[in-house]
Amino acid sequence: MGHTRRDFLQFAASSGAAFAAAGLLGNPARALAQQRLTQDDLLRFDAKGQVTLLHFTDVHAQLAPVYFRPPDTNIGVGDYAGIPPHLVGEEFLKAFGIERGSPLAYAHTFLDYVELARSYGRLGGLDRTATLVKAIRAERGDDHVLFLDGGDTWQGSYTSLKTNGQDMVDCMKLLKPDAMTGHWEFTFGTDRFHELVEEMGYPFLASNIFDAEWDEPAFEHTAMFEKGGVRVAVIGQAMPYTPIANPRWMFPEYSFGLRLEALQTNVDAAREAGAEVVVLLSHDGFDVDRKLATTISGIDVILTGHTHDAVPQAVQEGQTLILASGSHGKYLGRIDLEVSGGKVTGFSSNVIPIFSDVIEPDAEMAAKIEEVRAPYRDELARVLGRTETLLYRRGNFNGTWDDLICQGIMEERDTEIALSPGFRWGTTLLPGQDITVEDLYTETSMTYPQVYRMEMTGQQLKDILEDVCDNLFNPDPFLQQGGDMVRVGGMTYTCSVNETIGNRISDMTLAASGEPIDPARSYVVGGWASVNEGVEGPAIYDLMETYIGRKHTVSIPDERSVKVKVE
Amino acid sequence: MTLTRRRVLALTAGAAALPVLQLLPGQAFASPEDVEKQISEFAGGKEPQTGKISLNTPEIAENGNTVPVSIEVDSAMTGDDMVESVMILADGNPLPSVATFHFTALSGTAAATTRMRLAKTQNVIALARMADGSVYMDKKEVKVTIGGCGG
Repeated sequence: MGHTRRDFLQFAASSGAAFAAAGLLGNPARALAQQRLTQDDLLRFDAKGQVTLLHFTDVHAQLAPVYFRPPDTNIGVGDYAGIPPHLVGEEFLKAFGIERGSPLAYAHTFLDYVELARSYGRLGGLDRTATLVKAIRAERGDDHVLFLDGGDTWQGSYTSLKTNGQDMVDCMKLLKPDAMTGHWEFTFGTDRFHELVEEMGYPFLASNIFDAEWDEPAFEHTAMFEKGGVRVAVIGQAMPYTPIANPRWMFPEYSFGLRLEALQTNVDAAREAGAEVVVLLSHDGFDVDRKLATTISGIDVILTGHTHDAVPQAVQEGQTLILASGSHGKYLGRIDLEVSGGKVTGFSSNVIPIFSDVIEPDAEMAAKIEEVRAPYRDELARVLGRTETLLYRRGNFNGTWDDLICQGIMEERDTEIALSPGFRWGTTLLPGQDITVEDLYTETSMTYPQVYRMEMTGQQLKDILEDVCDNLFNPDPFLQQGGDMVRVGGMTYTCSVNETIGNRISDMTLAASGEPIDPARSYVVGGWASVNEGVEGPAIYDLMETYIGRKHTVSIPDERSVKVKVE
Repeated sequence: MTLTRRRVLALTAGAAALPVLQLLPGQAFASPEDVEKQISEFAGGKEPQTGKISLNTPEIAENGNTVPVSIEVDSAMTGDDMVESVMILADGNPLPSVATFHFTALSGTAAATTRMRLAKTQNVIALARMADGSVYMDKKEVKVTIGGCGG
């Protein structure tokens, strides 16, 4: 596996991004892998037209660079099977002309993950993103660039939980976004949400959040800008199923939904008001937005988030370009637009991986990150244990981090079965790494962390699995909520992805006894992140701190508790 | 369609809503024949056509106990082009009837909104009967979910 100059050029040919050879960096262990990559290479771009859109989304409060293993399973259904973003591993490399073992292969696929992670290092870091944003603004001119935050910005770390999102708002403000939309932001509760939005100094846009009582639009939906002499309308679309996927009692004032009629009305109104370019800053998820592009007319660009997909270039769907810029701060999405006669006549796009060892941190942002983390430095670094094996979360059915969490729940709460939600946030630890408080909270930080313990019949368990599975694999994207499958501990099952609700889950087996799960029998089940109000139990991060502390060294083989059938 | 507070208030003045009792525990779900029969009675035996009436429901209910539903009929509200009444049915509830709205020329527009309980994922059906006896129908499936896991 060699990383040659050709790898970059090959990608350059297919993407318009030119990665060329360059000088050595400081870290000798990584020198070989990185000697061909520089900040300038990452910034190299086939600049076009009058307008540059920069898209940053789903950072999940990761201020510092991360390891994040891309999924090995990301199944699309119906018309969406086998096309981006539902390509993993070799298929992904082939579709985008990326050489195995290259920096882009590391950024976008799970192949050779551990080995490449040790070579190429972590991705992300808001101070590195700041460097790129500033460089692009300088290159294009401030009056040509819009920087847009797709949301899921405030939740997902120890410091964001302790400061109720303050750390993220303080840091993001320095990047001067032009607008934002969101999802998990609401899990800080309505009052805190508004407090932070007040402080931001840029609008929170949502065409699809309505007052729950009167069914009237509750937020600003559109912001108009003039960039490079072009009138650009940005419309926000928050996560449509926030009150279903998250506890609606935390923000009872609001009703969400796709609200397609409202969106079409707002797009038309933006055009009437003179917009030459209409951009949807969306937290719908990729497939929802792909369908939306053919349902709603008049949107030029959808900057899509929520499903944490990173697609190297914009995807064209009908008259609309869709750019998906990943998650956890790993990437910065860029799309340049050439506009004439009130229409987009050309574009150039790239999702830039933020190789943290290659990009010089922005001094101003680095200082701010240091400042917000300083009060918690000792606690963040406190070592709870060590992992001998790769711990990751992302994937449709399971990951070793959730296997560890399920084990912890079953042992600490003495249950037969454990359920862990299919969140797509949460980063990766390499074999041999310490597990710190910071690492644990990166998997568990949330405002409704209680670990419940209750009895469920086998039938109830099946109903839950079927229900969640339909939220993931319903062939109509408008009925998909964007998470992965709920993770199970203590049991195994078969999932027939292309079946219908009620018929996807079979062969449910209790792992301990090897006996089939009896629909009529009661099982003691533990789980966390229930959307119900008044759930009692220890917080998941406290429970896992005890568990990991007790084990000290953990070793989680990557065994699959779910047999997946795709027909 | 955006229903403003003013329109909702206007509507309560202009249309008489007859909400129907909701399901009781242990009650059997309606059979397809029950639903067919109610449609046929409302339509006076006529075959409902598509068009004119639009039914607006969420794709997925945020709370199955109180699902917002609204209807709007494209009508001049005079002469033959006049909406007499609109019936809303939920075909998977124990009692499919949700509401019937009656309109007069003084209603101004034929639009209404209410909330209903949905026991499970099912079709919501809206029928409009016009003064000339013609009947129009719109139908939407609403998913009722136990709860998901957000990304």
